[in-house]
Order: sequence, then structure tokens, then C-alpha cells
Amino acid sequence: MTAPLLANDPTATPPAPVDRITVVVRRSFGDRVFHLSARAAGTLTLALMVLVFYFLLNASKTFFKVESFSKFMTDQAWVPDEANAGVGSLLFNTILVSFLGVIMAFPFALAAALYVSEYAPRRLRRSLTLLLDLLAAVPSIVFGIWGFFFLMPRQRHLSIWLSHELSFVPIFKVTDGQYADSPFIVGTVLALMIIPIAASVMREVFSQAPPVEREGALALGGTRWGMIRSVVLPFGRGGIIGGMMLALGRALGETIAVTMLVSVVFTRSTHILHQGSNTISALIALDWGEASPIARSALMAAGLVLFVITLLVNVVASMITSRTRSGSLTEI
Amino acid sequence: MTAIDTTRPGSDAANKDGPSRLTAHGVHAWFGNHHVLADVNLDMTPLEVTALIGPSGCGKSTFLRLLNRMHELVPSATLAGHIELDEVDIYRGDLSATEVRRRIGMVFQKPNPFPAMSIAQNVLAGAKLGGIKLADRDATVERALTRAGLWNEVKNRLSMNGGALSGGQQQRLCIARALAIQPEVLLMDEPCSALDPTSTRRVEETIGEICSEVTVVIVTHNMQQAFRVSQQCAFFLATEGEPGHIVESGPTEKMFSEPDDQRTLDYVNGRFG
Amino acid sequence: MTDSRTDLAVADAPPPAPPADQGSGKPEPERIRVRSWSWSEAAELGGVALAALSLVWLVYEQLTGLSGGLGFFLCWFATFLIMYWIVQRQRHDKMAARDRLVTVMIGGLAAVIFAALAVIIGYVIFRGYSTLRLHFFTVDQRHVGPLSPATAGGGLAAIVGSLEQVGLALLISVPLGVGTAVFLSEVKGKLGRPVRIFVEAMNGIPSILAAIFIYQIWLIEAHNQVSGFAVAMALSISMMPTVARTCEVVLRLVPGGLREGSLALGGLEWRMVRNVVLPTARTGIITAIVLGITRVVGAAAPALIDGGESNTVNWNPFHGPQDDLPYFVYRLVREPIKAENLRAWTGAMVLVGIVLVLFIVARMFSGTWHPLGWGRGLIDRSRRSRSPLIETDATSNGGSS
Repeated sequence: MTAPLLANDPTATPPAPVDRITVVVRRSFGDRVFHLSARAAGTLTLALMVLVFYFLLNASKTFFKVESFSKFMTDQAWVPDEANAGVGSLLFNTILVSFLGVIMAFPFALAAALYVSEYAPRRLRRSLTLLLDLLAAVPSIVFGIWGFFFLMPRQRHLSIWLSHELSFVPIFKVTDGQYADSPFIVGTVLALMIIPIAASVMREVFSQAPPVEREGALALGGTRWGMIRSVVLPFGRGGIIGGMMLALGRALGETIAVTMLVSVVFTRSTHILHQGSNTISALIALDWGEASPIARSALMAAGLVLFVITLLVNVVASMITSRTRSGSLTEI
Repeated sequence: MTAIDTTRPGSDAANKDGPSRLTAHGVHAWFGNHHVLADVNLDMTPLEVTALIGPSGCGKSTFLRLLNRMHELVPSATLAGHIELDEVDIYRGDLSATEVRRRIGMVFQKPNPFPAMSIAQNVLAGAKLGGIKLADRDATVERALTRAGLWNEVKNRLSMNGGALSGGQQQRLCIARALAIQPEVLLMDEPCSALDPTSTRRVEETIGEICSEVTVVIVTHNMQQAFRVSQQCAFFLATEGEPGHIVESGPTEKMFSEPDDQRTLDYVNGRFG
Repeated sequence: MTDSRTDLAVADAPPPAPPADQGSGKPEPERIRVRSWSWSEAAELGGVALAALSLVWLVYEQLTGLSGGLGFFLCWFATFLIMYWIVQRQRHDKMAARDRLVTVMIGGLAAVIFAALAVIIGYVIFRGYSTLRLHFFTVDQRHVGPLSPATAGGGLAAIVGSLEQVGLALLISVPLGVGTAVFLSEVKGKLGRPVRIFVEAMNGIPSILAAIFIYQIWLIEAHNQVSGFAVAMALSISMMPTVARTCEVVLRLVPGGLREGSLALGGLEWRMVRNVVLPTARTGIITAIVLGITRVVGAAAPALIDGGESNTVNWNPFHGPQDDLPYFVYRLVREPIKAENLRAWTGAMVLVGIVLVLFIVARMFSGTWHPLGWGRGLIDRSRRSRSPLIETDATSNGGSS
């Protein structure tokens, strides 16, 4: 320190500013290399993400030269070679099947997570946790092949039943008897695929609910369900939201399982039991091989839309979870 | 359960004359094969404060948790003996664990208000958990907070989050929460061990005030505290490799001045433990 | 509660003799173990389930005009819940009855979903196993014609492709992922926050987008042909964030004291990371890598876009089209030939087997494992006692009343 310190001198107003020392770290060569390479890895990760966005955008430009961006966002048809293509129906159908999957998955995922963390006998708990984690790691193609060969012929009966008995509900209406490849079936397979993923996140968070709060609720004469409602669920809110958002992200981007099951349509229909379903990723997978360069550019543009949506879902999920109490513990 | 007035929002069994009597005969406790408590006999005098004292690991807290069936939450836990509330065995009788816990409240070592709830909601949590419809919620909140000595500090911010209070206030909120469902007995497990001296003093005052309406059983490591707040006292001890048991129990005055057992005298005078 | 419960681990089986001054020689008193359920309640549950079954059986087809097995099941479950509620309500107060109803509902939903998932996995294994022959692992499809039986040929081309592609993807994403994790947990700096957000976001990129991105930069802009390496690059885009996130969580669990201890001894930072932090987190890092593999081993989209189609073994991942297992399955599912479909089942079963093996490997390296990048307990586990007593009383005993 260079400046003389006049401690408690009443005449010195305002008091002389205290010199701050800036510690200049002189790193050794090894440390500099270490810092540099770690920073390079981090930067490369960052750059990779930007690159993906940049190249998707760049590749879509070819198509945006023949069709305007605003038309692309609303156009329901998909005839890119005639400059008549857009995500109007694609996006609708992607979101439709994803939300169907998430809605169907939610009660089961929550119940499975609660069962494993709160209800299962202690001896079973560890095995079930493992099983849940294992199921979450099963490749989606396994669900796809099962859905294609096993579920599709059987779920037909359920679809017919639903459409007959609940035909007064508009979304269940099917008039022409076409039940295969419906959004309902795609949604079911997606639901089965994402249930273990969401349940796994939720279970982890539930199991971290503070024991002292659990005991507090029980000591007040609460039943187990009372304890869950007043302690576990409020604590695990971040995990529930985070788990479902993660599941939604997976459902939105799921390619192969969906590609096996869809039969492409370009209409916007909310008749979920009726044949015809589509998603952006499935369309890319189906059309890519035979597509002309301009069509590939259009597919890239659709991919760009999917990219932005999944990015938003993931970022929003991490923002929501980090703001809840269990969020700091939640790693989605 | 139908709506009942705020003065007695406890369970039906609470509507009776006179204070309830909690007694323990020949109580043992195990965790797995580990025998932690042996042959405890204790009569908790109604409307008095009974302090359970003794060195760490002697089974006081286990005994306390036996009294409102929190012991059984530990998976391997077993017990033996009879604990009776008004001559009804709380383990063998018709009472369910939730009913027992509703009638015998508990305050923990670490303040544990529900952080997702406001102060008022915390106080009403017991009624909500028990499915009790309150005729006048505001009156219940005020009465419970007043009895816990917290009303004046929080009356203007009842909708504030319970977790935002100071440690001592949180602990008194927990006491208010326990009192709001009108328990007959209140168990306190080292309620001041996580608090500063001022907060400790406030909680002790609170204990002094509530014991006119509720029987209090308190576990404490602090001899002065036991002496200040309790009328009855039980000294627990566990020697190496043996389960904890009561060495001596009786009026606090006697226990601290002329106990029958030399070990009690040594302990209360801080010569071991 | 703590004092009496923390000493559990110390003594294992002390003599059950009561203390001397309580009069020794007394017989051990009758022990009560409080159960959360009783036989009478179980019987009640079974009885109600049966009653609901009989009722629905009688009424279902006749009165409602409904049909179908699933509809029957749904009606039965709904009837069962209503009847169970009524029965419980007569014996218990509202809260206790509600607690029991919710228990049955949650147990029922969980049972349904675990059964459904077990059926899926079991069905895949069953179908796949019936046509699995040992030569599935040793020959490719070059001699397989449209009329060959399902057991003819094998998946060697796909297996070789999967191994090489995942291996190459590991070579790319492990240094990058671990480096990013080290950057996030050890170096930090201004870039830390954006990098973390991007890693989070990247974790959710669909594999098909990674595939078309690689197609654009590697095949179009750089004028390369489809190859296993292109697939590997696309896979590593999915793998890298998984590795980075899991690793970061694990590195953060390394006690700060260890780091400071090393620096206080005058150690250099990079030596500290290399000699203290990374070895401490070793098992966690291995788990992170295994997680990364399971994340991509089933992704078919990269091979579909960047890998080309090949029924014969291509050992060179840098030249020529190369198959992989998920793409193999995907392709054969879409063939209209029954035998090809059966081969797809075998491929799917082998994929399930690979994930299972990886899972067991991960379990062997760390006590606990989470497929979504959870690192909690990855390195801590070894320090905990193996005693079942301390295990049970350590945390969250509230749920078992």
C-alpha cells in the first residue's frame, strides 16, 4: 500500500480512498497451458452450439430464397420443389403428438416416482430405483419397434372403443374407420418412452425432501398422503416441472421411434384417433434420402425451427427448476 | 369430522374433562437388534413440565419419539412395554398413529416450518393435515401464535413465508403449529439446541406459559434449562454396551439438590456427560 | 432423536440383557414391530377388488354396452376405487380414508406402468431371442436373400459399425466433455455461465439435428462421402453434453478441502487437478462416459443421414458407408419381409443387452447411477457405512409410517 493512512483524522473529509491491491497471478507455464486448454474446451462447446445454429440457418437460406420466412412459418403444405412448403401443419402435429405423450405420461410418471420414493417397501426401493434408471436408458428404437409390431395392431381396439363410446368428444371422432398411425398411437409410444425419464428425475428430487419436514408433517398427525402433499410435492415442484420439460424436449426431438409409426399428413387435425400423424424430425428422417437440394434446404429450415423450440424448452426448464427450492439439487 | 369451535379443535377424544395422563410402563426400544432403551417407567404429570436429561446416546430422544409413535418411522425399530394416554395403550388400543400424533404434539430439535407455506398456513397445517374444519381460522391462528409468544412479532406479516423468520421465531412458529390442533401433550426434543440465548429464553418463557394448558415433556442437554422450566425430571443413562434406562426420576427440585443416586448428583453438577 | 440413533452403527448385536440395576434375569419382553399394513387390511383390499370384479363382470357387457379388455379393466379399476373408498370411509375418518385411497391409486398406476415397461422389454427380448443365433455376432448380411430364413446372416456389419462409431465419438467427446467440465468447475471465469447454459441446451438437441448439421458441414461444405466417422461426429454432439454435465456434477462433489490442501502445499493448479481432483472423481468420470455411451448407442438418425447403407462389414470408419445397430433395426423394421422384421427384433434385443451390460458396468464403478447426469453420491458412496442400520436411518425415514 502506498497511500498514507490517516486513521480517524476528523479533518480528512472525505476520507482518503483505501488503495486496493489487485493480485496479479503469475501462473507457471503448466498452469497457463492447463487454463488455456480448459478454456478452449469450454469455448469449443459454446462454439459448437453456435455453429449448429449457424449452419442450419445457412443451409435453410437456399430455401428462403424461393419462399419467404413468414410464408414458411404458416404454410401447411410440403411441396418444397414447388416452393410451397412450411411448418404450419408440421409444427402443429409435432406439438400435438409431443403434448399427447407428455399428458399421458404425467400421471404415470408422477405415480411411479411417488411409489418408488414414498410407498415401496424399503427392500424393494433400491431395486425399483435401479429399474427406473435402467428403463430411462433403454434406446428409443426399442420402444419404436415394440410400438410398430405389438402396440399398433392392438391399440386399434382401444381407438375404436374410444371413438365409439366417446364420440361426443370432438377429438375422439373418427368417421371413416382409419385408426392406424394416429397421433394417439405415436403419443402412447412417446409416453411410454418418456415415463421412466421423467419419473427418474422426479424420484430423485422427492427422495431429497428434508426428513425434518417430513417428520414435522407426520408429527402433526398427518397421514402419509398428507405428508406428501404438504412436504414432498411442494419441495419436489422443481423436479416435477423439470422432469416433464425434459421429457417434453425428448418427445419433441424423438426421431426414430416416431418415424416408424407415423403416416405423414400435412393437415391440422385434432382428431387424435384418426390416421395421419407427423413430426418435424420424422419428416426429415423420411424425406432426407430422396430429397432434392432445395427440398433438403427446406428440411434444414424445418430442423432450424425444431432446434429453436427444443432449445427454448430446455432453457426454460433449467430456469424454472433453478428458481425452485429443490432446483439447486435438480440436474435435468 | 364436523365443524367444531376453535377452543377445542382437537379430535373427539380430546373433548373430555381434566388433563390427560401419559404413562410409560416397562418400555423397551430396539433398532434392529440394538437394544437402546430398557425397562423405562415414567409417569408424566398432567399440566407439568417433565424434563428428560442425560448424556448423549442414552435414549432420551428415543423415549420421546416412542411417546407419539414417531419411533416406528425408523424401519428396523421395535419396542416393548405399555405407553398409555388416559389408560388407553397407544400402540395396542384402537388409536391409529395419526390420532396419537394429533393428541400428542411434537417440536423438534431443528425448527422445521413448512417453507412453502405462509406463517398462517403453517399454523393451520395441522388442521389441514388432520382434515379438521375450523370455524374461525383467524382466531385459531391468533390464539396459537399468542400462546407461542410470537403473535406480536408476526401479526402484520402473517402471509409471509414461514422460512423467512429467524431461527428462534421459526421454533416458536413450530410450537404454535403444534399447539394449534390443541394437543393434550407436547413433546419437545431439545427445542433450544439450535437457538441463540435470547431465543432460548423466549422459548423457555413460552414453555412456562403453555404448561397451564398442556402437559409438556422436554428433552434437554442443558441442566440450567431443565432446572428453569421443569417441575419433574428424569435422568437417563446408558453405560457402555448396555441400553439406556432411567436412573432416577422425581421432582426437579429434589433431583437437583438431593438426588438419591450419586450418578444423578454428579451429572446435574456437570461432573460427567 | 439424533443421539440415540446415530450410535446405531457402533454396536451390532449387544446382549439383550437389561441393565443390572433394573433386576437382571428378566425374560425379554414381548416386542412390537409396528407395520404399515396388516393382514386384515390386505384381505379387505383383496375382497374389495374381487367384489368390484364380480360387479363389473355382471354389469359390464349387459348394461353398458361397452366391450373390450381394456375397457373392462378401466371400469373394474374405477369401480374398485369407489368401493374401496366407501369401505374405508366407514371405518376411518376422512383423511385416513383418503390416504388409503391415494395409496391404492398410486400403487395401481405404478404397477400398471412397471408392468407395461416390463412387457415392452420382455417382449423385445422374447422376440429377439427366438431368432438369435451365435453367428449374429460373426457374419454380416451379404449372403442373405429375400427368401432366407430369419436366422440366416447376422448383424456383424452393424455391430462393427456401432463399436467403431461409438468409439470414435468417445475419442471426440470425452476430452471435450471432461475439459468442459473441468473448465466449469475449476477454471470458471466469465465464460462459465454461457457455457453452462449452452451445455444444458445442447443436451436436448435431437440427434437428427446433429445428423443434418454434420451432413451440411462435413458432406456438403467439406465434400466428404458418407462414412462411419461422419456418424461418429454426429453422435459426439449428443454425447458431449451428457459427459460434460455428469462430469461437472461429479467434480463439484470433490471436497474443496482437498483442492485447498493441495494448493496450500504449494502445488500448481494443473497438478492439483490432475493428481487430486480427477483421480478422486475417477469413478464418477467413468460413469459419465458410460452414460454418454448409453445416450447415443441407440440413436439411429445419424447413421440414417450420414452413414449410408451397408449390408457388408466395413472395417474402415473413414471410408465408405457404414451401418450401425439402431439403423440396422430401423431399416429392417420397414422391410415388408417377415424374416427381415425378425432380424430387426434380434438387433433391438442386442441393443437392450448392450445397455444392460453398460448399466452393470456403471454400477460396478459407482454405487449409484443416474442416466440423466445425476452425480449425487457418485464419489461419496464409498465413504458411507455398509451397515443396513445406518443405511436405513441416514435419510428420509419419514415415508414409511
